[in-house]
Amino acid sequence: MNNIGGIQENSGARLQLIKAGLKRRYAKEKIFRTLGITAIVIALMMLTVLFVTITKNGYSAFQQTFIRLKITFDASVIDPEHTGDTGVLSQADYGRLVKKTLREMFPEVKKRREKRDLYSIVSSGAAFQLRKMVMDDPGLIGTTQTVWVPADDDIDMLIKGYIKTGKEGTGRIKADKAAWVNTLIENRAIEKRFNFAFFTGGDSREPELAGIWGAVVGSLYTMFVTLILSFPLGVATAVYLEEFAPKNIWTDIIEVNINNLAAVPSIVFGLLGLAVFLNFFGLPRSAPIVGGLVLTLMTLPTIIIASRVSLQSVPPSIREGALGVGASKMQSVMHHVLPLALPGMLTGTIIGMARALGETAPLLMIGMVAFIVDIPAGIFDKATVLPVQIYLWADSPERAFAERTSAAIIVLLAFLLIMNALAVVLRKKFEKRW
Amino acid sequence: MNRNEIIKAVGKPFLSEEKVKISCREVNVYYGQNHAIKNVSVDIAEKEVTAFIGPSGCGKSTFLRCINRMNDTIKTCRIEGEIRLDGENIYDRNVDPVLLRARIGMVFQKPNPFPKSIYQNVAYGPRIHGLARNKSELDEIVITSLEKAGLFNEVKDQLGHPGTSLSGGQQQRLCIARAISVQPELILMDEPCSALDPIATAKIEELMDELRQNYTIIIVTHSMQQAARVSQRTAFFHLGNLIEVGDTNEIFVNPEHKLTQDYITGRYG
Amino acid sequence: MTVRIEELEHLKESLLKMAALVEAAIKNSVESLVERDSELARRVIKEDHKINAYDVHIDEEGVRLLALKQPMGKDLRFITTAMKITTDLERIGDNAVNIAERALELNREPLLKPYIDIPRMSRIAQGMVRDTIDAFVNEDVMLAKDVIMRDDSVDDLNEMVWKELMFIMTQDPTTVSRAVKITYISKYLERIADHATNIAETVVYMVEGKIIRHMLPDQI
Repeated sequence: MNNIGGIQENSGARLQLIKAGLKRRYAKEKIFRTLGITAIVIALMMLTVLFVTITKNGYSAFQQTFIRLKITFDASVIDPEHTGDTGVLSQADYGRLVKKTLREMFPEVKKRREKRDLYSIVSSGAAFQLRKMVMDDPGLIGTTQTVWVPADDDIDMLIKGYIKTGKEGTGRIKADKAAWVNTLIENRAIEKRFNFAFFTGGDSREPELAGIWGAVVGSLYTMFVTLILSFPLGVATAVYLEEFAPKNIWTDIIEVNINNLAAVPSIVFGLLGLAVFLNFFGLPRSAPIVGGLVLTLMTLPTIIIASRVSLQSVPPSIREGALGVGASKMQSVMHHVLPLALPGMLTGTIIGMARALGETAPLLMIGMVAFIVDIPAGIFDKATVLPVQIYLWADSPERAFAERTSAAIIVLLAFLLIMNALAVVLRKKFEKRW
Repeated sequence: MNRNEIIKAVGKPFLSEEKVKISCREVNVYYGQNHAIKNVSVDIAEKEVTAFIGPSGCGKSTFLRCINRMNDTIKTCRIEGEIRLDGENIYDRNVDPVLLRARIGMVFQKPNPFPKSIYQNVAYGPRIHGLARNKSELDEIVITSLEKAGLFNEVKDQLGHPGTSLSGGQQQRLCIARAISVQPELILMDEPCSALDPIATAKIEELMDELRQNYTIIIVTHSMQQAARVSQRTAFFHLGNLIEVGDTNEIFVNPEHKLTQDYITGRYG
Repeated sequence: MTVRIEELEHLKESLLKMAALVEAAIKNSVESLVERDSELARRVIKEDHKINAYDVHIDEEGVRLLALKQPMGKDLRFITTAMKITTDLERIGDNAVNIAERALELNREPLLKPYIDIPRMSRIAQGMVRDTIDAFVNEDVMLAKDVIMRDDSVDDLNEMVWKELMFIMTQDPTTVSRAVKITYISKYLERIADHATNIAETVVYMVEGKIIRHMLPDQI
């Protein structure tokens, strides 16, 4: 260091000054970091609370209580004339078989009212189950089989411990019912099994028979329609606006409107769908096609904005490089810019789709809130979607629907998680350095 | 000196007709209100390296980009005057910029290989112009171009690797290979070495010296040393004016204009 | 892109050719004196422009390379050395011309005495020029240093010639005009040896990057 008096002298004081300030600067940095970590911890806690509650409420719905019945497929009940005709088989009163078996299991029950109570410990779906067995294999007629049938939702709740037996009249489960259940437990004739019906069934008034498959299929059809329409439209719009459109007042207006649309409440799109697609075009109510159209309107701005951003992030040097070797504008966009922007566009699309998947409000307006038992077979069938199903179940009074609501939420969250993870993976995989 | 002043270039702007590849006459470029190139008239000699030098914002890059109509993509850019390539005005109504750019290759400041394989990078130009009838012809073009760019030996075993995996200098030579793959007559280089280390720079300069046997090269460079090393003719720009142009030796040893003198001695501004 | 080998070789070749011309000029000028050959003397004077042309050419080429190629390290030292050497060679050429001019004058007058030391000086000087250029071309520091050592013998001979001529002049004043001219010639040859020494010193600088001018012999 040069020994020029003044500078040498000053440097000590100057360093002191910097040092004094340094402490303050580090303190600030520390505070900022702590704030950030706190924010993340709070967010994570919220998320944990959400997941824990939902899982706690919902996991039990993946199991269902079943009751073992020794059913005698009495030919005189099912097919008295021995026709073997499927019409006759399907018309038969399988409920009688169930009732008969129950009476045999509990011979002490004599009174009519008691009998009715006894019959109600088994789900009304039991009869359907027996019918299906016979229809699949008519050879069963005349034999005696051990069959596990779903218990009624109240019994299911009792076994899962959600409701208690009360004194006469105070609880949902009367004392005699509880006694029968205890007998069944002692005989090992009642147990919890994996609830296939929940994943394969459509909606039902009976919680023990209600499943989400119908809603999942409805959601898939709706998403399919949304994707098919919104992705090409959104990408094409973005490419045109970003690469080809002249920059003038009109494109500015369009841009403002697109940004505006992204902020419009989704219910408004529902109203629009109701007015335009249902009332004006006369498309079928409650159908995935309409749901998809409405969600397309809602997703488009998101996709357009994400696509434009990812087009903008393609460095101009790539365009110049392409133009420099004599590519036309179109070629430079199609061969170079679009492939580079595509991962970003896909990410935006997936995130938009994930949002659409979780959307309820606009679908309420176009009638997808209907109670639909059948699994939809196409985009024109009546259907409902997962979030609407959740909404419907959440509104149902039966205690057993409460756990099913949570279970359906778990499924929905799993779908969203998968989609968002896919977006991250896609981005990581196709992220190009240039 | 006044920003709007228009100066007549000194030195030797014009060449005898048989040596001229490009002749520019009274070229004016405006970006909106900004008069970026002021009445520039100069000849570019065939099969020589011509260097454009000058301080930042002097218009040298702008002028370069006029020569392959790269400025067409800028909406506010307006060009007057004429630039003739082999006697044909490239701003004529019937000249297609795409065709023009097939005749005039360009290498940019930052190496910008496409994020594709080395092979695809070089094959792209010939492919879109339909220069190869089949795969083996295309292979031939790719290999010759890489060889001419002095890159083939370094990458011959990794033609399928992404072009972006190469080092900066190699990437730039890949871009040169890409430019010569369409067999242009002219190569424009816009500060091709500004992102490279000295060794990579030396290799590119070596390459330019070889390429000038077959191509006319115009290089814009911030480094007057580079201009001195690689070029046969040098043009000095200042505030949109072409101040002086002439043989590189003359410009660097015995410049005529005071501004040129100040710039090359580093006493500018 | 730095200086190409061919460009350096070209510079070296020009210097060699120039040195050959210079060497011949020394030899011929002294010969024209000793043999009283005025024709030869006139030729030396006439051919000097060739040496001058080489000087200009090498200087220009050096400036061009410095300006355009930004040579570094040894290349830089080579080019600056070449530019210095050419100056010295050109001065040697001028000295040879001076000798030839004096020879022309002396040849018009009767012989003062037979030349003995002058041709000896000339031989040593020629050898120094030749060796110093060899040292430059081959980057031979030992040879260059040897040339520097030889300078003293030329100085000594010059001293002897002086004393001898002084004695003659004091004996016979009519000899003064001729004797003075011969002392000039002796002085020119001594200058030639000095230039050769300068060249040798720059050669040492070029090879070793060390400046040995203005040093005492034992420091070298």
